[in-house]
Amino acid sequence: METEILQTFLSESVELLQEMEDSLLSLENSPNDQDRINSLFRSVHTIKGSSGIVGIESVEKFTHGIENLLSQARDGAIPITGGIIELMLECRDHISSLLEFASAGEAELPAGVAQRDRALTAKVNSLLNGAAAGNEPKEKAQTPKAAGPRPEGDKAETDAWHISLRFGRDVLRNGMDPISFLNYLGKLGEITSLSTLCDAMPAQAEMDPESCYLGFEIDLRSDLDKKAISDVFEFVKDDCAIHILPPHSRIDDYVELIRGLPESDTMLGEILVRGKALTQSELEQALKLQKAGADEDHRGKALIGEIMVNAGMVYPEMVDAALEKQKKNLVAKAREALTIRIDAAKLDVLVNLVGELVISSANMEQHSQRIKDGALMESSSGMLRLVEEIRDSAMKIRMVPIGDTFSRFNRVVRDISRDFGKEIELAVSGGDTELDKTVVEKINDPLMHLVRNAADHGIEKPEARVEAGKPPKGIVRLNAYHDAGSIVIEVSDDGRGLNRGRITEKALNAGLISQGQTLSDRELFGLIFEPGFSTAEEVTKLSGRGVGMDVVKRNIEGLRGTVEVESEDGRGATVRIRLPLTLAIIDGFMVDVDNSFYVIPLDMVVECVELSEADREAANRRSYMNLRGEVLPYIRLREYFSAEGAAASHENVVIVQYAGQKTGLVVDELYGEVQTVIKSLGKVYRDVKGISGATIMGNGRVALIIDVPRLVQTVDAA
Amino acid sequence: MSVSTITNTTQYLTFKLDDEVFALDITQVREVLDYTSVTKVPRTPDFMSGVINLRGSVVPVIDMRLKFGMSKTMKTVNTCSIIVEITIDGEKLVLGALADSVQEVIELEPNQIEPAPRLGTRLHTDFIKGMGKRDDQFIIILDIDKIFSDDELAIVQDMQRGREAS
Repeated sequence: METEILQTFLSESVELLQEMEDSLLSLENSPNDQDRINSLFRSVHTIKGSSGIVGIESVEKFTHGIENLLSQARDGAIPITGGIIELMLECRDHISSLLEFASAGEAELPAGVAQRDRALTAKVNSLLNGAAAGNEPKEKAQTPKAAGPRPEGDKAETDAWHISLRFGRDVLRNGMDPISFLNYLGKLGEITSLSTLCDAMPAQAEMDPESCYLGFEIDLRSDLDKKAISDVFEFVKDDCAIHILPPHSRIDDYVELIRGLPESDTMLGEILVRGKALTQSELEQALKLQKAGADEDHRGKALIGEIMVNAGMVYPEMVDAALEKQKKNLVAKAREALTIRIDAAKLDVLVNLVGELVISSANMEQHSQRIKDGALMESSSGMLRLVEEIRDSAMKIRMVPIGDTFSRFNRVVRDISRDFGKEIELAVSGGDTELDKTVVEKINDPLMHLVRNAADHGIEKPEARVEAGKPPKGIVRLNAYHDAGSIVIEVSDDGRGLNRGRITEKALNAGLISQGQTLSDRELFGLIFEPGFSTAEEVTKLSGRGVGMDVVKRNIEGLRGTVEVESEDGRGATVRIRLPLTLAIIDGFMVDVDNSFYVIPLDMVVECVELSEADREAANRRSYMNLRGEVLPYIRLREYFSAEGAAASHENVVIVQYAGQKTGLVVDELYGEVQTVIKSLGKVYRDVKGISGATIMGNGRVALIIDVPRLVQTVDAA
Repeated sequence: MSVSTITNTTQYLTFKLDDEVFALDITQVREVLDYTSVTKVPRTPDFMSGVINLRGSVVPVIDMRLKFGMSKTMKTVNTCSIIVEITIDGEKLVLGALADSVQEVIELEPNQIEPAPRLGTRLHTDFIKGMGKRDDQFIIILDIDKIFSDDELAIVQDMQRGREAS
């Protein structure tokens, strides 16, 4: 099987499994939600169907039972209970692991997985059998076969479905193999006759070996309904001509079919006879009818659907199903039009190019300012504005809402509450908050740690909560919002909070602090991010091993973000992650220190003041100044960067605010706002403190970007 | 006697630092640029001159004179940055190396190259791939991967730590 198809299938399955999980979790709260049951069924059905097509038998076999079970649940034969949801969730995980093995190309399942496979299948089957005993007649009544007595006469006598299949030219190019469809069809029922049509095959010289010219006429004996059979061809239905006639169809329909196909009538007729879809006499009758029908043609064509219903050919429920399907397709189409999948690498190239564009248009703007030609200045500033808009929208393409990431934690919280006998609710807010795709991907693991910690360590057992005067049900809250150019993500719980005494004790034991040292809350809670630091009394399967928080911190710092903890004894803890909006382009504020240019991220700049003569004189003794009655600590960048040149005749202070703390940065000159495309300084300079990257200025020189958070931290620590 | 690792006739780019002639395997040289203004990255060792803009990419530049224990490179009309591509830990890295002047591209047979002398050069022997002989002149063929190997660049970080400690 083509690996590309397999890849598509796998990534689709991941989404489908996610849908399945979402449906299950919401069914847990409202077990009678028919829409959810339907969507659950659809997910499983699609997984089964497509795994059959790509040839992953383990999944196909396993999902078969689940599909039956859900189909009965959908019909109300089996009520959705907590037990079933639990079982379905287990099944979901099992499918997921089956898919992993399949994608790794392992034909044999490990013993443990195979055993689980059998156990789950047995459970599903026992539920099915239990239900089947009472519902057999009802089941029967729903299959089209038994829908009332059938008028004899002009209906074909065969009991097989007839399928006319003309594969599209591009089927092979799209990575589909016609034979696998036929194989799959063979599994659904018994193929009683199959004729290959190669009439469309051109002369050898014109034939393109990569095109598919084949058509098939198939008779299939099967209990499935029309939808199930047409779903087999779900992947190719857009570019293939597929006609499916149910058993005992009217002869007219066969005639219709014969006429609708490009091949010659007689030949098709013969195939039908050969395949016992029609008898010889039926065919003759049909051909007669066809001639008569030609006279009626000019009377105008009635709607096919109408004719079919009139002829008693289609059953109302089938029409409904078809209509529903059409509607669904419409919705799906609309959604397809709204979103497209793009290779992330292409997007990176685009964003990079836009970055270059921003630089070069800033360059042009500078030149036009110098030349002072009115028309030139006007057009260049017009262009600059457009380029900025392009930049903004290019950046927006990369932005995705964080809600999807949040909703994944529903399952985590649910499982933890099950496993540890706790009652926990996950409350999510701010899911619409958008942030850079790379950030979203990288924040997932740290969030997972934090949510687990909150649910496992934070929230107490229901009894303990009631004792503490709190409702038995604990809440883990995920929240995201924008705050001054950064994104804040909060993971909070209303549990017991961090234990100050225990942290101090642990820190003393680990030698992180010395006896008698008093720490502020911030410093104290900061200790939990030290490697190997855990205050959990017992090691659970999820947390308490002391790995995790340091990884969380490292990951977040890797994204140029910071993390801090707040806690109130007995009331809960909040972990607050602060991340930059984007990783690629920022608005910057250009300054000069000893003739080198530096850029300070603009959204952190609060104001600029001149460093007064008095403060400069006092600079050797202290490094704080009086800002309108407020004490403002400052960092002399000249000293910090060990610049060699003589001090400038006057100095300025850029006041930056980060995480609620104001700090002054003393620089020589202020140049103002610039567009800044962040370039990495690369491996060589990766650990330079105080510098987060570089940018190229309009004049082609390189300016360095000041890493305000780390600069402030290093100075804090010193 | 020849150097076992050099078996093919190879082209070398020669350049001068002070009065000595050095050479680099031409396959590792991307291009030669005129000296452009280098932005110094603070809190890094002196031999790391800083970064330059190479058509939109930020490329680190190293002062080879300082690296080899000579005085700092003074800018003249002949000063060039040789842009080289080196491999560190399987990762490709583009670096600029400052040279007083770039000479020419020459071809050397393996038998024209001798192993580096153990004594007598100002350079660490590890940095030298071999000594090329041409006319009556010796050319020091540099092993650029070793010069900029991880250990050497790691000094940047050590130096910072040292500074913070002091």
